[in-house]
Amino acid sequence: MGLMEAFKMAIKSILSNKGRSMLTMLGVIIGVGAVIAAVGFAQGTTKNITDSISSMGTNLVQVNITGRGSNRKVTYDQMKAFADENSALISRVSPQMGISGVTVKAGSKSMSTTTVMGTSPDYEEVNNRPISTGRFLIDSDLSGRSKVAVIGTAVVNTLFADQDPLGQKIKLNGNIFTVVGILTEMESGQTDTKDDFIIIPVTVAQRLGRNTTIRNFSVMAQESADMDTVVEKIDAFLLDIYKDENSYRVTNSEQMLETLDQVTGMMMAMLGGIAAISLVVGGIGIMNIMLVSVTERTREIGIRKAIGAKKRNILIQFLIEAVMITGLGGLIGVMLGVCIIKFIFGGLNIVPEAYSSFWMATSFGISLLTGIMFGMFPAVKASNLNPIDALRFE
Amino acid sequence: MITLKNINKIYEMGETSVGALSDVSLHVAEHEFVAVVGPSGSGKSTLMNILGCLDVPTSGSYQLDGREISNMRDNELADIRNTKIGFIFQGFNLLKKLNAVENVELPLVYRGISQRERYRRSVEALEAVGLGDRIKHTPNELSGGQQQRVAIARALVSNPPILLADEPTGNLDTKSGSEIMKIIHDLHAKGNTIILITHDNHIAEQAGRVIRMIDGRLSEDREVS
Repeated sequence: MGLMEAFKMAIKSILSNKGRSMLTMLGVIIGVGAVIAAVGFAQGTTKNITDSISSMGTNLVQVNITGRGSNRKVTYDQMKAFADENSALISRVSPQMGISGVTVKAGSKSMSTTTVMGTSPDYEEVNNRPISTGRFLIDSDLSGRSKVAVIGTAVVNTLFADQDPLGQKIKLNGNIFTVVGILTEMESGQTDTKDDFIIIPVTVAQRLGRNTTIRNFSVMAQESADMDTVVEKIDAFLLDIYKDENSYRVTNSEQMLETLDQVTGMMMAMLGGIAAISLVVGGIGIMNIMLVSVTERTREIGIRKAIGAKKRNILIQFLIEAVMITGLGGLIGVMLGVCIIKFIFGGLNIVPEAYSSFWMATSFGISLLTGIMFGMFPAVKASNLNPIDALRFE
Repeated sequence: MITLKNINKIYEMGETSVGALSDVSLHVAEHEFVAVVGPSGSGKSTLMNILGCLDVPTSGSYQLDGREISNMRDNELADIRNTKIGFIFQGFNLLKKLNAVENVELPLVYRGISQRERYRRSVEALEAVGLGDRIKHTPNELSGGQQQRVAIARALVSNPPILLADEPTGNLDTKSGSEIMKIIHDLHAKGNTIILITHDNHIAEQAGRVIRMIDGRLSEDREVS
């Protein structure tokens, strides 16, 4: 008897018990579907974070002032001077001072969700925000506290739908600014915070926000510089000012990516564990059903043996049936997982769609393996039935 | 064709052992039509199981076509069942989920014969028992007599030299029963060796030779004129 025959028999038997086969499969379907969806979620999230980190470039160091337990502060001028001293390591520094809750007005139109950011000319290079028209901030804007603004496309679209924004006046909390430049659009089509964005000189922002503490700096290292040395250098500089290493945080995007990789790896390992458990549970369900099926079909087995079926024919018949159930369940599970990623995660914009063919193949493979492992015992039991006893079975 | 020498069959039932056959010796020649009769518990079913290679004797020798059966392994026995013996059971023993032609095909499936050839031979066998117009019917859609005819077609399809019939008319009404007996007579006439187990003396008398069993022994072995 060829394998084809065994497959046909298995299909027939599965189809003749549709409801039961479906319920048996459900364990595998849910297990595999959950794994695919969870992996997709993890990868989508990771992709999100990785993209935003690597868009910063790996030669960036983020300085974060938490200011915890200290009244000291580091000014932009201090950072600038420090950078100049270490120009062999550091090429640029940009301060970042976000001001929230600013009302932006131009003529009769106004916006209130816009992020207003005080920074320096280096921001353009360091944070990779080129302008499309006009100019970026220049040093004299900072020293002269000029009320100039570089605005994002979302701001342009809302406030200056049908006119050239360059040279126009906008009001930030009542202060009049002149638009000198427009940022290149980041996300085509949708309004994103990256485009709903206004850049002003940091010195002006300190007044507008009634706060002189700058909490964030981006430091761009020289191409040739060793990142660990740069981080150490900045660390030492800040420790000298704050005397407390908990008051600030110095992070390099490369380190962040490494940490992220570790976290992702752990997440995947955890998912793998959950997958294994759910498939074992599914496998036990299959073994249970197959054992019932062997008992129910004792007479059938007896008849088949009486007319010439060998042990291995019966073994293969039942084994293939189990493997087909888990294989089909695995396949449906993969499809379910893909649907969840596509229509729920992607469709509802929860995380970016990410599919892992490795995990699809692995979980499908594991479900086949589950069928073999948990189908083996019932199949052996069936093949070992004595034909006389089996024929007598009512 | 069939030679049994000093066959014993003992069943172990926990502590006690039950002798189902004791010292049975028997020779059945080719083309014979033998009826085995006896009350229940007389050992005729055990004899049938051993003759049909479903079971092996505890001791003694069983030669079928000159080959010693009593020490064969399971797989070899399965081959013998598949090629040498056709079974006809009292309860028909058809697979309920398969239709008539699929049931008849089964022995050929295990012999590895191609689908097309299987189908052709199975339809022929069903036509031979007068069910050419019922090949797609499942057992539930057939009468008892028709089911038994499907079972006979299944027993015939692999052209075995020996037909073992265990109370083939036991579950049938008189009319269907005599139809089945007629088919069995036809098969005998075509050259099959037939061994028929029954408790019905009337049916036994239709055979060429009657063997009577009591308490696991042959008590009578006579030719019917």
